[in-house]
Amino acid sequence: MKRKRITIRKKKTIKDYTRQKMIFFGILVLGILGVAAFAPWLTPYDPYAQDLGSALQPPNAKHLLGTDRYGRDMLSRVIMGSRTTVFSALLLVVIITIAGGITGILCGYKGGKLDSLLMRISDIFLAFPGMVFAIAVASVMRGGIMNAVVALACISWPKYARIARSQVMAIKSAPYMEAAKLSGAGAGKMVIKHIVPNIAGPVIVTAVLDIGTMMMEIAGLSFLGLGAAPPTAEWGSMMSSGRSMLQTSPWVILSPGCAIFLTVMVFNLAGDTVRDILEPRQRQRKREV
Amino acid sequence: MGKYIAQRLIQLIPILLGITLLSFILMNTAADAIDVMESNTGGIMSEGEKEQLRRELGLDKPLPEQYIMWLAGVLRGDMGESFVSGQPVFSAFISKLPATIYLTVTSILLTILISIPLGILSAVKQNRPLDYLIRFLSFIGNSLPNFFVSLLLIYFFSLKLKLLPVMGSAGGWKSVILPTLTLALSMSSKYTRQVRATVLEELNKDYVLGARARGIKENRILVFSVLRASMLTIMTLLALSVGSLLGGTAIVESIFMWDGVGKMAVDAIAMRDYPVIQVYVIWMAVIYVCVNLFTDIIYHYLDPRIRLGQERA
Repeated sequence: MKRKRITIRKKKTIKDYTRQKMIFFGILVLGILGVAAFAPWLTPYDPYAQDLGSALQPPNAKHLLGTDRYGRDMLSRVIMGSRTTVFSALLLVVIITIAGGITGILCGYKGGKLDSLLMRISDIFLAFPGMVFAIAVASVMRGGIMNAVVALACISWPKYARIARSQVMAIKSAPYMEAAKLSGAGAGKMVIKHIVPNIAGPVIVTAVLDIGTMMMEIAGLSFLGLGAAPPTAEWGSMMSSGRSMLQTSPWVILSPGCAIFLTVMVFNLAGDTVRDILEPRQRQRKREV
Repeated sequence: MGKYIAQRLIQLIPILLGITLLSFILMNTAADAIDVMESNTGGIMSEGEKEQLRRELGLDKPLPEQYIMWLAGVLRGDMGESFVSGQPVFSAFISKLPATIYLTVTSILLTILISIPLGILSAVKQNRPLDYLIRFLSFIGNSLPNFFVSLLLIYFFSLKLKLLPVMGSAGGWKSVILPTLTLALSMSSKYTRQVRATVLEELNKDYVLGARARGIKENRILVFSVLRASMLTIMTLLALSVGSLLGGTAIVESIFMWDGVGKMAVDAIAMRDYPVIQVYVIWMAVIYVCVNLFTDIIYHYLDPRIRLGQERA
């Protein structure tokens, strides 16, 4: 008689799922970052080499994503473009997290006149709707991917300052803060050892969730001609220059478009998972609901 | 209530001043107006002529004085002339504003039509296949930049199926469909989630449990209690999005050649026509601030919990 095998399987907990998800999306994000970092070595063709003889070829075995109107290989350009788009979005998020974070901590910790002054200034920046101010700043600085980053940083830092400030206010009178102060910790030590670790969670979650949006906004500015300028391979400007060929050669639009879509989606999914890990409370609240 | 409105109006003054100051500084660092005029007219001016022009336009005065003069002009509706066409920019802005407002209103309406039923459905069917499907779709919508959506829509509906005009506002009601759809799709993906969250929160309150215990039909609870309670929050969220929508139309307007203020600004960028960009930035910000203020006031007026809390405090 065959013995029945009995296995007791541990039921998967939410934590296990979250960990699995994190590993999965982590690998995807690393993959994208890897492509961006090693772009020059991954492209099958030179992304800038023009070959008018093979212009506007539909996707085929030689050119997997087709060629654009100058005969440049679309796959190579999409790979090369990942570098511009992904890295500038990451740079932007790092800048606004640090700038906003420092401002917020300063406001929350010092309080008083400095706080009200900086908050009024942030009110003014928040009074401009979405991209409007970024368009103005970028147009004044006359394009260029770095200027697009600066323009978007100008409109995005107040959000981070607000979050950091409210977090600092919330923990300011916590017993451990009082204790640290009583034991003679200076302002620098207070900020680095006690404030930053305790407010980092919400700020980082916001930052990670913003990467995708920022990527779309950078691409949007480039699409308007206010970011990376041709011939630089950048997804937004590639789509903009392919607009007139939408009817005859849609792949010129579709390849960079899908690249943005997939990248943003991966970063958004990864961001959601990071939120679940760093802010389990929020998740719990969601579950109860 | 009156006190609250007055307080908010007073708070508005420094913000409006800040908006104008920031735009003024921005455009002044942009470029020397005279140089841009020179390059746009194609003529070459001597230094003497430039100096004279500067004096005529008051550009030789110190910056704070220039700002005050300029601000007085803004209040009179005089924001200078376009470097390109020479027309007063304020009247150009006003003449293009209705097209943008039209597009904004149709997009908001479509967003309401899409996101409210889907959000409610998603909440009621929580953690069932339909909920997952709706959340999945909204996730996709959130990851699509609107310029890509508009190009996809143009490709399928205008070029392949030839159902709708490609661009321009000349095609009557048909031409508004695609830009509206583009804006509404990305907004709906965001709001479906928020509607879902709001309805779920309401559904888990004790009064729903009480109503269920009393044997009231689920649909009745949903329509008469839950929706009534969550509508206020949902409507406020939507009203607040009007402002960001006003700003987000620029790209979509310029893709569909929609003759609104967003396209005007985008066109002006290429020509370095700073007065046009300036009028756009300032007035969009003013509209945004006013819409938000108005929403806040209505919200306070309609929600007794907040109203009473405010008066007590």
